[in-house]
Amino acid sequence: MPNTLKPSERMKIPRQTPIEQEAEVRRHNFEEVSFGLDESLVSQEMLRCIECKEPYCVKGCPVGIDIPGFIKLIVEKDYLGAAKKIKEKNYLPAITGRVCPQETQCEAVCPIGKKHQPVAIGKLERFVADYERLHNSFDGFVVKDKRKEKVAIVGTGPAGLTCAAELAKLGYNVTMFEALHAAGGVLRYGIPEFRLPKSILDSEIENVKKLGVEIITNFVIGRTATVDELMDDLGFDAVFLGTGAGTPTFLGIPGENLPGVFSASEFLTRVNFMSGYRFPEYDTPVKIGRRVAVIGGGNTAMDAVRTANRLGTEKAYLVYRRSREEMPAREEEVKHAEEEGVEFHILTNPVRIIAGENKWVKGMECMKMQLGEPDESGRRRPAVIPGSNFIMDVDTVILAIGQKPNPILQATTPGLNMSKRGTVVVDENCKTSREGVFAGGDLSRGGATVILAMEDGQRSAAAIHNYLEVKIQKAEVKASSSLA
Amino acid sequence: MFQIISKETPAKAITKFVIQAPYVARKHKAGNFVIIRVNDHGERIPLTIVDSDPAAGTITIMVQTIGKTTKLLSTLNEGDYLLDVAGPLGNATPIHSFGTVVCIGGGVGTAEVYPIARALKGAGNKLVTIVGARSRDLVILEDELCGISDEFFVTTDDGSYGMKGLVTGALDDYLKKDTDVKAVYAIGPIIMMKAVSDFTRPKGIKTFVSLNPIMMDGTGMCGACRVTIGGETKFACVDGPEFDGHLVDFDELITRNRTYMDLEKQSLERFDKELVAHHCASHSKEAANA
Repeated sequence: MPNTLKPSERMKIPRQTPIEQEAEVRRHNFEEVSFGLDESLVSQEMLRCIECKEPYCVKGCPVGIDIPGFIKLIVEKDYLGAAKKIKEKNYLPAITGRVCPQETQCEAVCPIGKKHQPVAIGKLERFVADYERLHNSFDGFVVKDKRKEKVAIVGTGPAGLTCAAELAKLGYNVTMFEALHAAGGVLRYGIPEFRLPKSILDSEIENVKKLGVEIITNFVIGRTATVDELMDDLGFDAVFLGTGAGTPTFLGIPGENLPGVFSASEFLTRVNFMSGYRFPEYDTPVKIGRRVAVIGGGNTAMDAVRTANRLGTEKAYLVYRRSREEMPAREEEVKHAEEEGVEFHILTNPVRIIAGENKWVKGMECMKMQLGEPDESGRRRPAVIPGSNFIMDVDTVILAIGQKPNPILQATTPGLNMSKRGTVVVDENCKTSREGVFAGGDLSRGGATVILAMEDGQRSAAAIHNYLEVKIQKAEVKASSSLA
Repeated sequence: MFQIISKETPAKAITKFVIQAPYVARKHKAGNFVIIRVNDHGERIPLTIVDSDPAAGTITIMVQTIGKTTKLLSTLNEGDYLLDVAGPLGNATPIHSFGTVVCIGGGVGTAEVYPIARALKGAGNKLVTIVGARSRDLVILEDELCGISDEFFVTTDDGSYGMKGLVTGALDDYLKKDTDVKAVYAIGPIIMMKAVSDFTRPKGIKTFVSLNPIMMDGTGMCGACRVTIGGETKFACVDGPEFDGHLVDFDELITRNRTYMDLEKQSLERFDKELVAHHCASHSKEAANA
């Protein structure tokens, strides 16, 4: 059934509100917060797309999904066709439908949004991805010609999974190496169950494996084998590095190494990756005090503070040195945190963590800040208000002030050019300074989003394909000239 | 899955496992460790690699039963599997030809000092080894270490074997005889490493210790293992685990290692109850069968 409504009629339909768990209920459980749009809401939302001749939304999407194309298939009730359409460009739609910042990408440029609210593209993507999964209807893509070249993917996060899927679709033999005991990278150790259930991640990874991709866990590139060994001894023709930015940074203030101070990486890995929220049924313990301060204003900080709430802390504080407007976290996450009773302490900066009995944290000295002129990031620079020191009564401090790439690859891969920030230097095709070695995601960007990592994975796959084609042609020319 | 090839109990509450882990065996060097996980509800714990056989594709680890996971490990047998083994992790011990070196192992730390002692001996050093334990039945690797050492001493807290007293006493005695010791390697309980470092600092003898903070991923991702070395924060998993003993803030390490103490205790008690229940159930089953 085609969409027969006139554009003016379509614009009259309000943007449909996703179904969510009540804030008071969800702040005590790890079940998913948002249930997205159900079929009846989708049947309204889908009609809001005016099918622009030149769709801005596609340009706004880092991986270039044919958005009007998949919405059209939804209108025709071909949900499986819509899912397949998305998968031509994005192999992880159930993930991006949940964690992508659509409001700054596809939805930000949707013309409906000029006068009204933009089409809920992300929620529609999520709906068809979930429909396909729940009907167990995805049988992968048919890989036409199998090639003999082998490609190693280092890291199994969003960049690696995307690169692996794209290369497998082209017929390459793809092996992924994961340092930890389960695949998914930041999607598994970083993003909490209540935003991205592990069962959904598992199923997306299974889909990548259905393309013939092999995933080897417990294999630390740089330790178990180096990049050079992958190419020289293990016979890989090209390597993609997508090891992310997992190393936490610290503030460098007194008291930071007291027990009771954790990096968000440690806290979230314990809870998400090791299922610490189910201790003692699971063996990994998680410590949570009565009053928890999470430092930072990004998505990781929101994840950590909302997780602290769910573990039963009495007070969960979010401490951020700029104002709410400058927070790098998604608006939806900030809103969810507020609804769940997180107390925001903005324009506040910790200067010292204070020890109590048994040297455990018993307080945090902070200073109030004010915003000055914009800095190089365009955000107004925070400055200390002299004499504004005060003590915050907390017994747990979680630092979510940013991560940088892990130093192991850099230390064990000679000739791999790195920036001062510890990121791998790449050109516009994700090529590194080492021949046959490509990199993307947070490893080269230094802390970005899932979808930008996926964009790099997609771009790297194309670049690797091109590199290997040229390499084969050269080898053939060489072989034929030596015959002549 | 990583199969247990053999299991021995060299001393009370210390279990030695040879485990099939070919990639780890191929790359292992003295000073490296692995992160293991027993089963899918298990935690990740670091264990030093004591030995490896690249041809057979095996590594050797020695585990002292302290908490739930080490106790669970001790119940496994030959033919059983560990779900996860990742490594070799950490920096290898830089092996130099110093002249005379003293290697000190305390308790299960003796197992960790053994590969380093062997490598130092191999590099042409005169090797003096001191092994410390609470009592005679807790001394491990005596034959192996004695066999490679030019001089070998044992101390026990209760005097049931060797010299009565602490390893620092034996070190003091030896340094009185030999003023040419160029380096000391000490691995064992934190208080032992601290005592050795405090003892050698005024004498200006280079001292290396291997730290055992709480670890989770072992690859530089969580920062649980951060230690203060000469006023700077370092991650033991990627910057260590070996550090200059004279620069380590041992008191901070002791405090940080207590972070999860109450929960670790709870976990062990729960496991003990399970073991008893399991034991009783299998007994009553046997009784029923009989």
